[in-house]
Amino acid sequence: MNIVVCLKQVPGITDVKIDPETNTLIRQGIKNIINPLDTYALEEGVRIKERCGGKVTVISMGPPQAEEMLREAISQGADEAVLLSDRAFAGADTWATAYTLAVTINKLGQYDIIICGRQTLDGDTGQVGPELAEMLGIPFIAYVSQIEEIVKGQMRIQRMVEGGHEIIQSPLPALITVVKEINMPRLPSLRGIAKSQSAVIPTWTIQELGIDPGRVGLSGSFTRVIKVFSPQRTSQAEIFQGELESQVDCLVDKLKNAGLT
Amino acid sequence: MEYFLNDKQKMIKSLARRIAEERILPGRTELDEREEFPWAILKDMADADLFRVFVPEEYEGLGGGCFELCLVVEELARACSGVAVSYAASALGSFTLVDYGSDAQKQKYLPSIASGKSLTAFALTEPTAGSDALAIKTTAEKVEGGYLLNGTKQFITNGGDAEIYTVIALTDKTRGPRGASALLVEKGTPGFSFGKKEKKMGIRASSTCELVFRNCLVPEENLIGKPGRGFLMTMNLLDQSRPGVGSQALGLAQGALEAAVDYTEQRAQFGHPIISLPVVQDILADMAIQVEAARALIYATARTIDSGATNYTENSAMAKVFASDAAMKITTDAVQVCGGAGYMKDYPLEKMMRDAKITQIYEGSNQVLRNAIAVHLRKRKAKTE
Repeated sequence: MNIVVCLKQVPGITDVKIDPETNTLIRQGIKNIINPLDTYALEEGVRIKERCGGKVTVISMGPPQAEEMLREAISQGADEAVLLSDRAFAGADTWATAYTLAVTINKLGQYDIIICGRQTLDGDTGQVGPELAEMLGIPFIAYVSQIEEIVKGQMRIQRMVEGGHEIIQSPLPALITVVKEINMPRLPSLRGIAKSQSAVIPTWTIQELGIDPGRVGLSGSFTRVIKVFSPQRTSQAEIFQGELESQVDCLVDKLKNAGLT
Repeated sequence: MEYFLNDKQKMIKSLARRIAEERILPGRTELDEREEFPWAILKDMADADLFRVFVPEEYEGLGGGCFELCLVVEELARACSGVAVSYAASALGSFTLVDYGSDAQKQKYLPSIASGKSLTAFALTEPTAGSDALAIKTTAEKVEGGYLLNGTKQFITNGGDAEIYTVIALTDKTRGPRGASALLVEKGTPGFSFGKKEKKMGIRASSTCELVFRNCLVPEENLIGKPGRGFLMTMNLLDQSRPGVGSQALGLAQGALEAAVDYTEQRAQFGHPIISLPVVQDILADMAIQVEAARALIYATARTIDSGATNYTENSAMAKVFASDAAMKITTDAVQVCGGAGYMKDYPLEKMMRDAKITQIYEGSNQVLRNAIAVHLRKRKAKTE
C-alpha cells in the first residue's frame, strides 16, 4: 500500500495579524507548525500502513524551513518525505498548488491512497484536496471520519455529513480529506526521531518536476488575493445617564431615529 | 546547571517532558481521584518508545542505562508520580532478566517489554518480610519439570496489570540467604492469582496488589541465573534501581517547586504578590537548593553505575534518601506557601505531598538505607585501622 500524505506548514496562531501596509501576514515571532488537520491525515496514513503494510510518503510545498516539519512527520511514522520548494512556487492559489502536488505525486509513481487534512488553518479554503483528486483523475471523498476497511483494491469509509454519517465504498486509488474525529495523532517516537535526524529529504524544484513555470506559483494561479484584513470593530456603546424614565425616553428616541421602531 | 547530556539523552528527556505535559498532566487529577491505572498514557509512552529506553539494543531496545531511565522517570514524575512509578516498576521487573537472564529468556520476553506490550513487576515483599527481606516464606520447590511456587507476595507495584513477574522465592529453605532464587512467572499461569488490590494515600494511579501462588508450576527454563542467587541479584537490582526512586522524588519536587512559584507569583496579599515577601522567598530558595542538589547527586550516581562501577550501594542509597527526604519537605513547604489553595484538590500540591511520602518508604526505607550507609562508613573505618 503506497500512501501519500500532503502536509502544509502554517503559522501557529489563531489570531492572525495583518501588516496594513503590505496586506501580508505578520510572521515575526510566530512559530510555524504543521497544519493541525494535516496531523490527523498523517496519523491515518501511518495507521493504514501499520494495518496493511506499505509506506507513507509525505510531501509539502513551501519555503525551505518546511523541511523541519517533514522531519517531524518522519519522527511520527512517515517513511519518506519530499519538499517542493522553489521561488517559482510562491504565491500559488489552490489550483496552482494542486497542480504542483499532482505533478509530484505522478512523479513519485504508484500510489493507492492520498490523504489531506480537510482544510488549512491559514488558507482555509478546503479546495486543494478535491482539485488534486480531479487533476489525478481519481475518486475523492471529503470529511472522512473513519476508514472501516481496505480490501482488494477497495476501501469502505465513513464521512461526516450534516447531522450524520455516510458510508461510502470506493475503488483505489482514491483521495480522502479527513476531519479531526478520525483519530488521535501520536507523539514522535525515540526511534522515529533518530530516523528523522538522519533522513535525506530531497527538495524538488521546477527542474526536478519538469514543470512549466507558467503553471505554478503566482503565474499559474487563476485567483489573486487583493486584500487581507482583520474586520474592524465598529460597535459603539452609549450609556444614558439620569433618571430611569428619562433614560427610557432617550432610548426610545434613539431607536426611532435609527428607524428601528 | 549544565549536566552535559549527550544528544540522545537530550532527546529522551525532551520527549518524556512532552508526553508528561501533553498526555499526563491534563488527566492526572482524575487518575488520582479514581485510582485508575493509566493504560492510555502507558500506550502513548510505548508508542513513543519509552519502554525501549532500558532494554538492550539486541532485544529491540535503545540500550540506555540507569541515567537514561532516571531522565524519563524524572520528567514523568514532574507531572504525575503515579504514572512515573508504573513505568519505573516495569524497568525494575525487567532488570534481573536483563542482567542475569539467558539469551533464550531475553529473546522470549524482552522484545515485548521493549514495545510496551508487556508490563513487568518485581515481587519480593511479603506480609512478614518488608525491610527484613530475608524473612520471605514463599517457596519454589524443585519438582519434575520445574518449580512449584507457594506463598503470597504483598504490595507489588503493577501487580495484576503486568504480564511478566520476577518473583523471589526460596528454593532451599535450609540455606538462608543463599536459598532464594529468581523466577519469571507469566500472568495466567495456573495457580497464580491476584489478591487484595491496595487503596493508597498517594501514587494512586499506580496499581499495588497481592500476588497469590498456590501450587503454581513454573517451568524450569524460567529460573533466572543460578538457583540460590536470588538475594544477591535482588541486592544488586535495588542498588541499581534506587536512583530511579530518587528521580521519581526529584521530578515530583521539581513539579512542586514550579507550582509554588507560579502560585506565589500570582497570589497578591497586602498589595503585592506574595513571592515578594522575604519569608516566602526563603522557603522557595531552600526548595530550589534541595531540588538542584538532589538532581546533581542522582545524576552523578546514575553515571557512576553506568560507568561499570561494581560497588555503589552507598551512593545509590544516598541518592534515594536525599531526594525522597527533599521531596517530602519540598512538597510540604509548597503546600504551606500556597496556603489554603495548596491544601485544596483544585491545585496539584496536596496530591504531590501525598505522592511524596512513599518515596521515603519503598525500595528500602530511608532508615534502612541510612543504616546501610553507616555500615559502609564503619567498614571503611575498620579498613584504615
